[in-house]
Amino acid sequence: MSTAPRIVEVRQNVLKHNDEVARALRRRFQEAGVFVVSLVSSPGAGKTTFLEKALTLLKQQSRPAALVGDLATDNDALRLARSQTPVKQITTGALCHLEAAMVERALEGWSLEDLDILFIENVGNLVCPASYDLGEDLRLVLLSVTEGEDKPLKYPTIFNSADVAVVTKMDLAEVVEFDRAAARANIEAVRPGMRVFELSVKTGQGMKELLTYLREKSATRLPVS
Amino acid sequence: MHELSIALSILDMVDEEAQRRGDVGVEAIHLKLGPLSGVVREALLSAYELASEQTRFAACPLVIEDVPISVYCSNCKAERGIRSVQCFACVECGMPASEVIHGRELQVWALELAE
Repeated sequence: MSTAPRIVEVRQNVLKHNDEVARALRRRFQEAGVFVVSLVSSPGAGKTTFLEKALTLLKQQSRPAALVGDLATDNDALRLARSQTPVKQITTGALCHLEAAMVERALEGWSLEDLDILFIENVGNLVCPASYDLGEDLRLVLLSVTEGEDKPLKYPTIFNSADVAVVTKMDLAEVVEFDRAAARANIEAVRPGMRVFELSVKTGQGMKELLTYLREKSATRLPVS
Repeated sequence: MHELSIALSILDMVDEEAQRRGDVGVEAIHLKLGPLSGVVREALLSAYELASEQTRFAACPLVIEDVPISVYCSNCKAERGIRSVQCFACVECGMPASEVIHGRELQVWALELAE
């Protein structure tokens, strides 16, 4: 009865659904004229601290907003709400990353036309977020000086999936004997040509350069095909 | 660890595909997996075993084909392998290269169907 099986090609991407939602989001963002920047890093690298400062500074001349992903709490959203910009928490429960559909849901009730720049802070995790497109224009990967210079070599996939690297907590670099050249070489090895910023929210080092870069990127982004 | 949700997505997709073809039996699922997909082979295989238990796919193996990373080398003007995932440089000439051609795959490319 049973004969040899026949092989059929299907060629379906496993994350097809996420990719479709992300593509639709990207189109919406573009039509509304909002530039979208996502942030990935390990827990505690300084994503929220950076955002707190960035939102406050950007608010002086544009209309920023943020979505923040977290496993369990809304602490980050409460912190960011102090900047008096639109902020919404996405609580993922047990999920270790954000997916495009969560971003889509979180945006319900927001008028994108009223925004210029939207940050999406992913769950602190250097593994899982790499697989999921969120419809962002630019993905920043943050690495704090206390984590060690070899983080890019340990997590090459996420560094390779990002567009820009930001080395945070530079005010602590000397204390922890952070080797800047080694860190830069490691980033360059896993993602040749990647732009690197060195940042200290505490002292303000690098903040202006990074925000100027984001503004320039936002002005020159390519249309979605 | 998001391999379990990936395994569930694979099963949903294959189930849909099998039903579309007249509810045929599936005897094997062939997946292409690149190192830059963010999914770990071993973790996915365990997750798949768990996710397929007590479903119609319990006896249906997930066959993973590893896809090596390749990049466009601007020096060789060709698709090339890289030295390692920690060193994105052309395996032939050593030129750093960041334009990934293969290696991000996470794709069900074929199904073995029962006749």
